[in-house]
Amino acid sequence: MKMTYREAVRQGLRDALATDPRVFLMGEDVGKYGGTYAVSKGFLEEFGPERIRDTPLSELAFVGTGIGAALGGMRPIVEVMTVNFSLLALDQIVNTAALYRHMSGGQFSVPLVVRMATGAGRQLAAQHSHSLENWYAHVPGIKVIAPATIDDARGMLKPALADPDPVVIFEHALLYNFEGELSEPWRDVDIASAKVLRPGRDVTLVAYAGTVWKALEAARQLAAEGVEAEVVDLRVLRPLDDATIMASVRRTRRAVVVDEGWRTGSLAAEVMARIMEQAFYDLDAPVARVCSEEVPIPYAKHLEDAALPQPPKIVAAVKQLLGKT
Amino acid sequence: MIEFKLPSLGAEMDEGTLLEWKVKPGDRVKKGDVVAVVDTSKSAIDVEIWEEGTIYELMHEPKETLPVGTVIAHLLEPGETPEHAEEEKRRMAAEAKAAAPPAAPSPAPVPGLVPAPAPPSAEARVRASPAARQRARDLNVDLAVVTGTGPHGAITIEDVEKAAAAAAQPPDRATEMRRAIAAAMARSKREIPHYYLATDIPLARASQWLTARNEQRSVTERVLMAVPLLKAVALALKRYPELNGFFRDGAFVPGAGIHLGVAISLRQGGLIAPAIRDVDRKGLDELMRALSDLVGRARALTLRSSEMSDATVTVTNLGDQGVDLVHGVIYPPQVALIGFGKITQRPWVEDGKVVVAPVLTASLSADHRASDGHRGALFLVELARALQDPEKLDTGTG
Amino acid sequence: MSEGSLKPVTVPRELAIAMLRDMVRIRRFEERCADLYGQQKIRGFLHLYIGEEAVAAGAINALAPEDAIVATYREHGHALTRGVSANAVMAEMYGKREGCSRGRGGSMHVFDAATRLYGGNAIVGGGLPLAVGLALADKMQGRQRVTAVFFGEGAVAEGAFHESMNLAALWKLPVAFFCENNLYAMGTALARSESQTDLCVKAAAFKVPTLKVDGMDVVAVHEGAKQAVEYVRRGDGPFFVEFQTYRYRAHSMFDPDLYRDKAEVEAWKKRGPIHNLTNRLKAEGRLTEDDFLAIDAAATHEVEAAVAFAEAGTWEPVEDLARDVHTEPAR
Repeated sequence: MKMTYREAVRQGLRDALATDPRVFLMGEDVGKYGGTYAVSKGFLEEFGPERIRDTPLSELAFVGTGIGAALGGMRPIVEVMTVNFSLLALDQIVNTAALYRHMSGGQFSVPLVVRMATGAGRQLAAQHSHSLENWYAHVPGIKVIAPATIDDARGMLKPALADPDPVVIFEHALLYNFEGELSEPWRDVDIASAKVLRPGRDVTLVAYAGTVWKALEAARQLAAEGVEAEVVDLRVLRPLDDATIMASVRRTRRAVVVDEGWRTGSLAAEVMARIMEQAFYDLDAPVARVCSEEVPIPYAKHLEDAALPQPPKIVAAVKQLLGKT
Repeated sequence: MIEFKLPSLGAEMDEGTLLEWKVKPGDRVKKGDVVAVVDTSKSAIDVEIWEEGTIYELMHEPKETLPVGTVIAHLLEPGETPEHAEEEKRRMAAEAKAAAPPAAPSPAPVPGLVPAPAPPSAEARVRASPAARQRARDLNVDLAVVTGTGPHGAITIEDVEKAAAAAAQPPDRATEMRRAIAAAMARSKREIPHYYLATDIPLARASQWLTARNEQRSVTERVLMAVPLLKAVALALKRYPELNGFFRDGAFVPGAGIHLGVAISLRQGGLIAPAIRDVDRKGLDELMRALSDLVGRARALTLRSSEMSDATVTVTNLGDQGVDLVHGVIYPPQVALIGFGKITQRPWVEDGKVVVAPVLTASLSADHRASDGHRGALFLVELARALQDPEKLDTGTG
Repeated sequence: MSEGSLKPVTVPRELAIAMLRDMVRIRRFEERCADLYGQQKIRGFLHLYIGEEAVAAGAINALAPEDAIVATYREHGHALTRGVSANAVMAEMYGKREGCSRGRGGSMHVFDAATRLYGGNAIVGGGLPLAVGLALADKMQGRQRVTAVFFGEGAVAEGAFHESMNLAALWKLPVAFFCENNLYAMGTALARSESQTDLCVKAAAFKVPTLKVDGMDVVAVHEGAKQAVEYVRRGDGPFFVEFQTYRYRAHSMFDPDLYRDKAEVEAWKKRGPIHNLTNRLKAEGRLTEDDFLAIDAAATHEVEAAVAFAEAGTWEPVEDLARDVHTEPAR
């Protein structure tokens, strides 16, 4: 069935709310407004104000409240409008949600789901264009996932809610209007593995969230020139599925990691380091990456485009690895 | 402290692969002891040492391919302490540093061979991907000879696999040897102004004498005609020493003894010319034994380094192949080559009568820089004369 | 406060003695902790509650067993009063596997699921949103439980305080906000950090009912807390109580304590919560010196037993280092 990413996320949420009375949605403008990205439109009427909770602009408090509610037996889905605002709640996610189980000697788990939009590409300028997934992926005690496909947008919420520990879900804001096919028959997805979205023999493109589609576009362009790129969608940013990444790199012997985060200290850097550690002797070229330029994301369209990973940059990086420049 | 350097084991050798150490630190060695086995393009050679001392340290590991002249071991001189050796090393290192530019003079250029590998340094490292290196180890491919097609010319796994496929034929010593001979002979023809002389030598007396001599001996002790020929060459050279030795750095250097390099063709193709030392001082039986031994070991590829490098002149005998006359190419840096054709029954005038006699054509190829035709002619005359007096050939120690 | 005008102890003797016993237990426990810190048996940060015992003893005795507690990094007293064994707390201080947090938390992270003690939070104000969430879960699930969150006056400067007060009030959540105002946020006096030093006024801004209580008087603490807890349990929303108290010792070990006068400390010590209560009970003829000595001896005995227990404890194997980062899949 063809649907938008937004609709897929929405179906996943609706499914969760309808099937588990412990589940509730909490966040800024999730109710009356219908969700900043219209994901939860109509939910307030359908599920009522107890379970569709508009919050004040208090990211720290409502994320922390989600943690407490999870400890108290609920299955909260906390929507932080965007990763940009999640910095205000970072203390609760890092200092409380991530640590409680270990620091309490295993007594308290926090079955919390935090969703947030991420990414640039809509001319929203520097403060609304962050990709800070790596900040979260750095922290033990939380799982970080990033659905990029319709199937994952639809299917990753359920296992996230079933997880006894905190899960942070990043939804790339550019993807909400993206249309694609939902697999039929519908099958559950996991939140443990990466996935090869396109097989190829010459180079592995490792990407996640918004960059998955840029990597696929680059692969299409490369195919026209006889280069077969394999595209691996990380899907899960923590813990990384090393096995799938390495299996692909061992086949292709070359890798380009595509990451909308800034290069320095990026998730791309982590993936590259793991490839060095685990697949060094399978490499036929240095591992490369295409990340955002190290500048605040500018407003003007041409500058924003220049700051972000784009298919031509990916194509160029691949060609360089293949000695074709 | 003594620096033991990888010796040149022949003119065409400018590098060798250390195969095995026969000594270890602490071993006492004396002149002539075999200390290592080195693979040249020709064969595995036992390398002897010409100094006396105690092995202090071995500088290189087996499998390493090293340029000729590389210090491969340090030895303590008799009575020398390790402390003194360390001091010497420091001093030499300092001197080497001070004298760094210009680079140490390289050995005479030998064109046509693989260039000597540069000393290991970051700049000189072969640029190869990790996967390529791993595959090269697995397939035993030398990355130094693989051409890279990857980024910045790096060798990729595919490059290694192609190189391995190309080298799938068994390691081709014959090809290597062909290259080495080609290089040496090309150098010879390029550098050495040859002149050629020949003369017919009647061997009736010599062969009668030898037949009689052999009849008194068991089959295994019999001496081939090749042996008196060698002895005669040696005795003649004694009178014409400018044909026995080397032309180096623009000047003739006489040989320290008369060591005849005997050209031996190998079954797998190619030839080598190991030396029998001091032929002039050996008796015929001893020479026969030496020759048999040499041919056997040459074909088994177990020659000693001195045998490979000691020859002061080369003798090639193509009589068995049925040719009458040899126009030999000198083996540099030697200055002469004596060739023998086959012994044939020919009409020969002796004391005014035509008789049928066994006759041999001996030829001389000589380096005009070291000798002139006049002296060369006298040498051939002397050779012919020596063979008319065969009893006198059988002098020496055995 | 003069001898002649002692406030009557307006709670039953049994409760008064129980609260006295808790205060003495906390005092003896923490004195021993200071000693053990010097011996390097206890490491890391150690924040002592000495002087403030009346707040934990009075307030927690006003809670029902099913209620929840969220505390700060100065929480040994809350744990002991709540019923976490001295053994488990001391072993935790030692970093032993037998500690209530398996030695993972130490002094600042005392957790106990059985008594619903949710830590032990070492981020100032960090426990406030958590308490709001626990209360939200209770409310959504129709449970008549109270979540009591303890925090210092320093936390009132954090956004977490304002955001949490607002949310709890907005959603009428059953949270008892118990502010332990000991006048110093580490070394910064309230007046040096807040424009409005009347904390109740801040809470009132969120339309939350408030109470200001003498935190050195365990009876007053108990009665104030009881009033708050009863209000909260009725489901009308949160309640804020400011307990005015004082810590005798430095903020933590190795604090030079340069920010306050020795005289000020001595003046507060005269109001000490333990002799405050003993004097009144004795004056009323409800406690003898022998009774007190027995309570004291029992507390000392309990603490020494806890030290022995902790000494005999074992270290968690390093192989278990990564255990409980995530919930282990069921085996």
